[in-house]
Amino acid sequence: MVENRPITNILTHLVVIGGIIVTALPIWIAFVASTHPVENLLRSPIPLLPGGDLVANYSEILSEGSARVGGIGVGPMMLNSLIMALVITVGKIAISIISAFAIVYFRFPLRMLFFWMIFITLMLPVEVRILPTFKVVADLAMLNSYAGLTIPLIASATATFLFRQFFLSVPEELAEAARIDGAGPMRFFRDILLPLSRTNTAALFVILFIYGWNQYLWPLLITTDESYYTIVVGIARMVNAGDTVPDWNLVMAATMLGMLPPVVVVIVLQRLFVQGLVETEK
Amino acid sequence: MAPQITITIVFFIWPASQALYQSMLVEDAFGLSRSFVWFENFIQLFGNPTYLESFEITVVFSLAVAFLSMGSALLLAAAADRVLHGAMAYKTLLIWPYAVAPVVAGVLWFFLFNPTIGILAYVLQNLGYPWDHKVSGTDALILVIIAASWKQVAYNFVFFLAGLQAIPKSMIEAAAIDGASPVRRFFTIVFPLLSPTTFFLVVVNVVYAFFDTFGVIHATTQGGPAGGTTILVYKVFNDGFIGLDLGGSAAQSVVLMAIVISLTVVQFRYIERRVSY
Repeated sequence: MVENRPITNILTHLVVIGGIIVTALPIWIAFVASTHPVENLLRSPIPLLPGGDLVANYSEILSEGSARVGGIGVGPMMLNSLIMALVITVGKIAISIISAFAIVYFRFPLRMLFFWMIFITLMLPVEVRILPTFKVVADLAMLNSYAGLTIPLIASATATFLFRQFFLSVPEELAEAARIDGAGPMRFFRDILLPLSRTNTAALFVILFIYGWNQYLWPLLITTDESYYTIVVGIARMVNAGDTVPDWNLVMAATMLGMLPPVVVVIVLQRLFVQGLVETEK
Repeated sequence: MAPQITITIVFFIWPASQALYQSMLVEDAFGLSRSFVWFENFIQLFGNPTYLESFEITVVFSLAVAFLSMGSALLLAAAADRVLHGAMAYKTLLIWPYAVAPVVAGVLWFFLFNPTIGILAYVLQNLGYPWDHKVSGTDALILVIIAASWKQVAYNFVFFLAGLQAIPKSMIEAAAIDGASPVRRFFTIVFPLLSPTTFFLVVVNVVYAFFDTFGVIHATTQGGPAGGTTILVYKVFNDGFIGLDLGGSAAQSVVLMAIVISLTVVQFRYIERRVSY
């Protein structure tokens, strides 16, 4: 920094470390809880150090699942989450890169109308229009299916905007050069725009994957059939299983597992994640 | 282009207009009769004390979340910006909660504050505070505020850090040469220069607290006790899917849409113009 102040430096480190401890505390407790037999978690104070049941708890949750979610294991739920997250991510990226391409490079009637229509969707999160959207999906007989889970969430104004901004920044000379070389629009799209937007796409992928994985309200409404539950919905159901005390060790094991994929994605692809976050909000 | 438009129309425009239409209907729970009543649902809504109370809770909740998560994020970002060694590791350790689902964040804090076995509840009880979010509405509200803020700190941190790193070092050096202390430099130079970021984050955080926190509440307090944590989004869900008051729920949806649209407009109008200083 600008000048050397030992006390301030120590203070800075203390602040950051304090922040990290507060951030990590819930996870640590959850991890500890997931390694104990359930008897240890019935009475306060619960232990603060890991116990010996790590393998037993995790294998129970993976093979049988908690009986309270109706016997469906965590494995299939994770798979559902994965399918949902991937379909939403890939669908959103594909659909929005194409529409951004159309908006930027083609002149067609009603272009601005379409643009504004997409723009409006940006303003209306699912939570706001759950009931009518639910009705539409029900009328189309898409309840309890992967299509119903994913398609309504695929349209994305944010991604379209991101790609539009990016395409606008691509120099026009490139398009001209491609045309002179005899490349049609689709060729131009495939051979020039797609490779150019590779980093943007990757950054967007990280953000959208997390978005898809963490969806809660929508899967909660659309799926009544247990075999379509996502892990996030499953966890919430285990916690609120009637008036009985949940098996906290199993719940926490499921929580740890359900958290793992998005957290790993963020940590491994940190640079892309930060870039994606900052860019999607511009 | 066509698929995007189709999805937009089928799942966005059509439902939105349905909501508008439905908000002016009165329907019984079985859908046997319906009548068009213009704005009666809205009048009823704003005459309803529970709704107004829910409005109030939402405002308190979102301001608290925005303030708490932005305050701590700014503190952490300012500290992380100063750190020379291990900055990357610190950053990684601070941003990962972004990936945690709101529901999961809710469950984690729910566990910590669980009146019978939670660690923090245990500490509080030993300090003489009878924590029980199943009885006290205030406790429940504090619980969801903490859970929602915890997750959002990471997001704010990323933006504040980016904002801090964009401030030219020469300005800060000049102030240091003039003898300004770090605290003073922060409040007279850094903070004003961060105001666009701050403003942007206020809007984003309020939107987050309004809409994305449904999971936190549904998984922990379920709007209770006695409606103590029923924020507006939760109420739309509750009245629509559990109470089956379709007209009222649709009217609430319309009010929420109006709020989102105005927030977005505010954001777009002012984000370009920058906050003046």
